[in-house]
Amino acid sequence: MSFLELKNITKRYGPLTAVGDVSLSVEKGEFVSLLGPSGCGKTTTLQMIAGFVEPSAGTIRLDGRDITRAKANSRGLGIVFQSYALFPHMTVFDNVSFGLEMQRVPKGERKPRVEEALSLVHLSPYAKRYPRELSGGQRQRVALARALVIRPPVLLLDEPLSNLDAKLREAMQFELREIQRKVGTTTVMVTHDQAEAFSISDRVVVMEAGRITQIDQPYRIYEHPETEFISRFVGKTNLLPGKVATATGAGATVSLAGIAVPVEMPGLSVGETVTLCIRPEKLRLTQPSNGLLTGRVADRFFLGSQWLYHIDGPLGTVMVVTPNDGSAPADQGAPVGLEWTPSVVRVHRGAMAEAPDVALEVT
Amino acid sequence: MSATLPDSAPAAPAAPGEEAPERRVRSAPLFLSAPAALLFVALVLTPLFLTALLSFNQFDYATGRTGGFTLEHYLSVLTDEYYLEIFFRTFRISALATAICVVIGVPEAYILSRMGNPWRSVFLLVILAPLLVSVVVRAFGWSMLLGPEGPVNGALIALGIGRMKLLYTEGTVVVALVHVMLPFMVIPVWTSLQKLDPAVEQAALSFGASRGTAIVRVVAPQILPGILSGSLIVFGLSASAFAIPGLLGGRRLKMVATVVYDQYLSDLNWPMGAAVAVILLAANLIIMLTYHRVVEGHYRRRLG
Ligand SMILES: Nc1ncnc2c1ncn2[C@@H]1O[C@H](COP(=O)(O)OP(=O)(O)OP(=O)(O)O)[C@@H](O)[C@H]1O
Ligand SMILES: [Mg+2]
Repeated sequence: MSFLELKNITKRYGPLTAVGDVSLSVEKGEFVSLLGPSGCGKTTTLQMIAGFVEPSAGTIRLDGRDITRAKANSRGLGIVFQSYALFPHMTVFDNVSFGLEMQRVPKGERKPRVEEALSLVHLSPYAKRYPRELSGGQRQRVALARALVIRPPVLLLDEPLSNLDAKLREAMQFELREIQRKVGTTTVMVTHDQAEAFSISDRVVVMEAGRITQIDQPYRIYEHPETEFISRFVGKTNLLPGKVATATGAGATVSLAGIAVPVEMPGLSVGETVTLCIRPEKLRLTQPSNGLLTGRVADRFFLGSQWLYHIDGPLGTVMVVTPNDGSAPADQGAPVGLEWTPSVVRVHRGAMAEAPDVALEVT
Repeated sequence: MSATLPDSAPAAPAAPGEEAPERRVRSAPLFLSAPAALLFVALVLTPLFLTALLSFNQFDYATGRTGGFTLEHYLSVLTDEYYLEIFFRTFRISALATAICVVIGVPEAYILSRMGNPWRSVFLLVILAPLLVSVVVRAFGWSMLLGPEGPVNGALIALGIGRMKLLYTEGTVVVALVHVMLPFMVIPVWTSLQKLDPAVEQAALSFGASRGTAIVRVVAPQILPGILSGSLIVFGLSASAFAIPGLLGGRRLKMVATVVYDQYLSDLNWPMGAAVAVILLAANLIIMLTYHRVVEGHYRRRLG
């Protein structure tokens, strides 16, 4: 029996289904991230667990207890709100101390715990400030400290790190993971940022338009996206439309604009329309004569540890990412060949969906 | 801000032609506020100034002529027990009415802000409805209700309690004032409740606070500015109220505004009436500014 269990949770706002039929089981001590584009229902899902939005249908169980209709102030969860929701009339210290006060923690014990929480989020010098005297990122960290200090059995985090700079964000991710490992807090985190979701979660839940499309370990979501939407939303990908040319028992060859490409996917039938997904880092640049495909370097971008190339070829523009090993990169306009191993190609059945606008929201 | 703009960029020598639009932009606020300012000067400041002048005039009871300069009216108001009692009564009644308005109006505004849509509009209208009826009509309504032969006394007699003198008492004046002033408390409080992020109250609940604790510890401190402006309006209007004490206080239970009226129209002692009015204005200002200072000092740093 899992610790936190959502069963067929639905929330409708009039004709709009903000969350539809969501089922999710979270084990005790597990770190789960909800990942999805803006407006897909992540906050609504979290708010239903927290008890601020009443589900239209479905049940929520926490530690075996049905809490679907339980009052929010009886659930004992630690929550970081997307809008922070700090108490504007209280100092940072009092904000953090509020939860302890409500738990009737004796005054003497409160102070060290608040100080510990503040130092965890690097805000000790700001204890006497009021929220409006803080920057956005500092406020966000107060919200985090406020939720952590009460040591709740379940932490609900709604984009808790969205306003922090890359370095601080990494430090906070590390801290969250540490706390979670030490105390065993069950955590559900909402995030836009797939890198964040991948780096600290045990499992990632991908949501699209109010529904869960895949629940899996980060590695599997990245390598085996179940839908074309996920492969586009998670990381960069090349989507190549084609038709199955030949099919054998374990594999097939797909014809892409007249070029035959071997794939490892059983059960395809000849003539079927498919879309191939190949991650840019799985492609390698070679001499034009050795490549499965040939093309020209249309653009190249330096990303620090990597190079990103746009290669114009018979299939349109293909993205390639190569590690920056210190050697000279391919020149703009140079003819290059592309090669890859057949096992890295993912095949989605059916034609490519229109306009990948959702993918554009995530960089 | 705009005044410092030209100084902060002295390096760029403005061409003669460029100065004109700058001027025009700076004079625009003055120009735009001129109509309101004119109206204010003509309708508020001028009568006030004339009243202040009048209050220093001498008054001749025999002929009713006024003129010259004297402080006699001020001295007699400030030393006469009769006037002082009326001033104290006025401020006591106003303070009481304000306090009751806070006690009733703040929860009312909170409940209103939590209502769903069709009901919220209906109840907002109900709260505002008294403003649509003349104060005089409402005062007469109260006097019919509370009069010796009114339904309230009828009910008291039927219950065996017996007839009570309700009209022409301080209590009645306070009740009627609260009735008239309540919208002026509800509206500013409701406005500041509208500005609240509902997630802040939810945050308090998520830490296990009861609904009451959340309201007292988290909601109330944030709507303090609304309560403050509401009480200033209610107190100011109550202290200068005329129709309610005039109609429900009767001849004996006078308040400052009714005394001013008497001086002007019964005694025809205009300078005396003017002096009382000026003292009321000054006292009102002092009380309200002090109150404002004290309350604002509490939330200034926190809420900005
Ligand atoms: N109170 C409400 N009334 C009506 N519609 C709502 C309400 N709250 C949310 N919605 C709608 O429900 C959908 C999901 O909203 P939600 O806040 O859960 O999105 P989200 O995934 O958290 O997005 P973001 O990443 O931008 O925060 C949106 O289309 C939103 O417009
Ligand atoms: Mg959200």
